[in-house]
Amino acid sequence: MAGHFEPTGDGGAAIALDEVEISILRSLAVQLLELIGPGSEPADPPQPPQDAGSSGTEGGASMEEELAGIEAVSWPPFSEGPSEPPADPVLARLFPDAYGPGPDAAPAEGLEPGSDEAARAKQDRAASAEFRRYTENDLRAHKREAGLAMVRALDGLTPGERGAVLTLTPEQSQQWLGALNDLRLAIGTRLEVSDDSDDELYRLPDTDERKPMVMAYLWLGGLQETLVETLLPGTGD
Amino acid sequence: MGPVSVAPTEIERPETTEEPVEVPEPDVPWVTVVHNDPVNLMSYVTYVFQAYFGYSKEKAKKLMLDVHHKGRAIVSSGTREEMERDVQAMHGYGLWATLTQDR
Repeated sequence: MAGHFEPTGDGGAAIALDEVEISILRSLAVQLLELIGPGSEPADPPQPPQDAGSSGTEGGASMEEELAGIEAVSWPPFSEGPSEPPADPVLARLFPDAYGPGPDAAPAEGLEPGSDEAARAKQDRAASAEFRRYTENDLRAHKREAGLAMVRALDGLTPGERGAVLTLTPEQSQQWLGALNDLRLAIGTRLEVSDDSDDELYRLPDTDERKPMVMAYLWLGGLQETLVETLLPGTGD
Repeated sequence: MGPVSVAPTEIERPETTEEPVEVPEPDVPWVTVVHNDPVNLMSYVTYVFQAYFGYSKEKAKKLMLDVHHKGRAIVSSGTREEMERDVQAMHGYGLWATLTQDR
């Protein structure tokens, strides 16, 4: 998997992908879309997902249905977003609180009741909840759109024996950049990547069940890195 | 336990040390803070600062390095509404950002 993006000269980017790479990327993007999903829990899931093990239906028709299913899931217009942070750690990372100390937040339970810190934390929670109600649905839609753009572009490829060349327009490059970053955030959160754990994670034995995810994580990092480079203004300026 | 007459106490309160008031002051600007993250690529964070804020490559890179080494950096300042917009945009890019009043 040594593929990397190269600039096309018109602001876009291109990369050669083989069939396995296309299938891995697509599968990861679809998983992310399912996770980002409809946002606030719908009372009635519109389309229960098909059996997870339906690997035999890789035909074009089922892809369309799959996409249609994802796109059909939307909120009633003008509905408010959630006010609580998502319970899933990946979603909590993708949709963080807008107020408060950020990643270094001390658990609220540890704060002395009546202290300035506790009062501040309470204020931050209220402001974060308000912000979330008005922004999270848009943010989810934005991220879903980027993920869908990735899936659509991959579905537009017809890989031959040597794979296919994926060419992105400047707009698609932006969407892919965001989707690749979200994928890496998702996998990095699941793997509990931290500045300290790097060494251990990158030296896992082949038998470790996290190994494939670490490989995917590193591969996505290479894709994103080379895609960023195509978008950065020349170093000469 | 009848009332005990005491000399009127005078609370000493030097004029120079006023208690800080917790009421947010409207004049004090708000800031957008981006926090360090072990996942986001340094090149990507630099790119976001350039693309969204329109910062020069040098400024964007310096801010990215501040985030990386100091754990956080103030990337913009303005009204609360403006900072909420910036924070939302940063979340859109996948950066961990918060806004706070710059006291």
